Amino acid sequence: MRYFFSLMVCLLPAALWAQDWEEHTHFGPLTAERKLRVLSSTDTSFFAPIIEAFLRGKTGLSVDYFVIGTAQIDEIYRAHPNDYDVVISSAMDLQLKLVNDGYALQISNLDQPDWAQWRKSLFAFTSEPATVVVNRAAFPDGAVPQSRQELIQALRAQPELFRGRVGTYDVRESGLGYLFATQDARASETFWRLMEVMGGLGARLYCCSGDMIDDLESGELLVAYNVLGSYVAARLDVADHLEVVLPSDFPTTMMRTAFVTAQTFVEDDAVAFVRHLLAMQSQPRNRDVFPLPSLKPMSDASGHTVITLEPALMTYLDPLKRRTFIKEWSSAVIQ
Amino acid sequence: MRETANVSGSLRARLALTLIGGAAGISILMFVVVRSYAAQIAQQGQDRILEASVTSILDAAILRDGVVEVDFPYAAFAILGTEEDDRVFYAIHQDGALLSGYESLPVVPARVGAEVTHVSGEMRGASIRLASASRILVGADLRTQVTVSVAQTRDALQVTLNRISSNVAYYGVGFFLLSVLVASWATSTTIRPLERLTHSITRRGPKDLTPVAQPVPQEMGPLVSSLNNFMARLSTSLSQSEDFIAEAAHRVRTPLATVRSHAETTLQRVEREDNRQALRAMVRAIDESSRAAGQLLDHAMITFRTDHLEREALDLVAIVQDLVIRLTPIAEMKDIALTVVSDAEVNVAADSILLQNALRNLVDNALKYSPVESEIVITVSASPGPRVLVEDEGPGFPPDQINNLATRFLRGTNATGTIGSGLGLTIAQDVAQAHGGTLRLENRPEGGACVIFSL
Repeated sequence: MRYFFSLMVCLLPAALWAQDWEEHTHFGPLTAERKLRVLSSTDTSFFAPIIEAFLRGKTGLSVDYFVIGTAQIDEIYRAHPNDYDVVISSAMDLQLKLVNDGYALQISNLDQPDWAQWRKSLFAFTSEPATVVVNRAAFPDGAVPQSRQELIQALRAQPELFRGRVGTYDVRESGLGYLFATQDARASETFWRLMEVMGGLGARLYCCSGDMIDDLESGELLVAYNVLGSYVAARLDVADHLEVVLPSDFPTTMMRTAFVTAQTFVEDDAVAFVRHLLAMQSQPRNRDVFPLPSLKPMSDASGHTVITLEPALMTYLDPLKRRTFIKEWSSAVIQ
Repeated sequence: MRETANVSGSLRARLALTLIGGAAGISILMFVVVRSYAAQIAQQGQDRILEASVTSILDAAILRDGVVEVDFPYAAFAILGTEEDDRVFYAIHQDGALLSGYESLPVVPARVGAEVTHVSGEMRGASIRLASASRILVGADLRTQVTVSVAQTRDALQVTLNRISSNVAYYGVGFFLLSVLVASWATSTTIRPLERLTHSITRRGPKDLTPVAQPVPQEMGPLVSSLNNFMARLSTSLSQSEDFIAEAAHRVRTPLATVRSHAETTLQRVEREDNRQALRAMVRAIDESSRAAGQLLDHAMITFRTDHLEREALDLVAIVQDLVIRLTPIAEMKDIALTVVSDAEVNVAADSILLQNALRNLVDNALKYSPVESEIVITVSASPGPRVLVEDEGPGFPPDQINNLATRFLRGTNATGTIGSGLGLTIAQDVAQAHGGTLRLENRPEGGACVIFSL
């Protein structure tokens, strides 16, 4: 499928520019001599203040910010590695594989702890846990489930209430969803039981966290599994009737990563942009300047563990492994 | 005696250079050997891990409904994490066709059942190490071969190797410096007996020609025995020449004395005036020859002795007084007063025969050139150095010749008519110089000569 896609965009380069971006925003003067093209999976609303702060005081530079899903980032970038200067994605596995395959530039003088970078090429700049978001109304007695096990029990207790009103990532479409699912599956069998329960309740599948939050807000969804907590936190309007639960059994935390492409034409600006990202995240929390959670150490006292940046991330990207995993997942969720 | 030897090269330098050069060679060899050994070990470490990865992937390969499934564990790649975040490439082939992984990974023809094959290669511009293994899967109606290759870049290995290299280099330099120390120690230990021998021979007295008795290392044995042999021959030859000098003095002087006494006797008997004149001239000539022969032999003896100085503790005053007593009869014949002015005792370490000879020549000279009824003052003093001053009231030295008079056979222009060979001052000067002293000739402002003999 991917090869077919690549072939198609090769034959029809014009089609790429007619690419159906989720968002495409231009920052800075249109006439700027240098243009930094950022391919990202993060919504523009989160990045606008970061980019504006970056462009402040810089002349002759503009930023083109393209937003698309994590899986597509991998496809688009592999097909057109010359067209982007910085790639930002929450799918750590896909990012790591791009770096492993030699698509990234090494930046030797960036001061980043070892666990938050790989090959001095891939730099993590946020720590974001996967959360369970629930509509409080579904749990009137205040017994909001705090772990996957409790969630399974709650769903089983009232199947007629939850039928068709639970949602999660469609791991076949979303790179981040796939990453979360594979890491969950590595951690515990509970994941598979939860998937079976959700599948039994006719779980709705989503491409992105944003859509899930939309449906939670409208009340169509009562429970969403593996939603990016940071996205919910950004929606102040929904905070009232939704509750974000960090599963107490085993939280899965991903790091948003960025790399400068090996083929960039504006290396200095691209490096400066990554440096800016790292500098911004380390500043005291200020939602107006850096709306994303900042980087947290690999593991803290509460036992939260972050997905490690290591070659093992490529394991589930193996087509055979992926085929097996999707098959298993499909048989659990899509019944 | 202070001859410089014909020197070419240095044993010490040669020995030190050989040892240090050898140490440098061994250091470099050690660096190369240890480094390559370390490289081998490090490579083995990487190979082991790659092997484990390959094996774990291969183990996960199963045939399900005629389709190969490879549900390999997360750890297969997790174990490949390195300090330098090395890149990982892999490929799974089924019967030679790529099943999954990197198409561009070099394919190693793997033999089924054989152990894991390791090769080095290149992938996307990076140097890689690759491990590969194969397995046959047997299904209901299918028999298929699955080959798994896992490769890793060698950044961490390179870093490790560089660290080992620099460490080994430090060890090599340390080893070399230590060897230099040992080499210099060994060199000086080896050379020391030679230096000791040189020192002991240099320190010997002039007449000490005894064989070297102290033990020497085996290698120096032939040298020392030749030296001993040579010194024995030299000793023989020296004693022969001493005998010869004594013999010659005896042989020349005795006949001359006989001839003189015959001439004297004849002079008593001859009455014709012209014959008496001739005989008197003859006696004077004999006296002159006798004296010259005596002085020549003295000089020869002195030349021999100054080369082999025999110092002993002497009192200069005693020698001078002894001399004055012996010369007083001659002085009285000319009514010359010999006066000695001296400290109580002036101790010197000198050759007594030489010293007596030199001083007698000086006083003799003064007697010869002093007018009748005059005084010769001999002053012996200990400061600034042991010295003897001989002052007379004679005509003094010709000023234009004063610096050359001590030259052999040279006589003063005003000395005509006085018996002499021209060797007196030469002997005195040789003796003074042999003892490390000087002979100075001066004219006294009030007239007369002054000779300063200092040791």
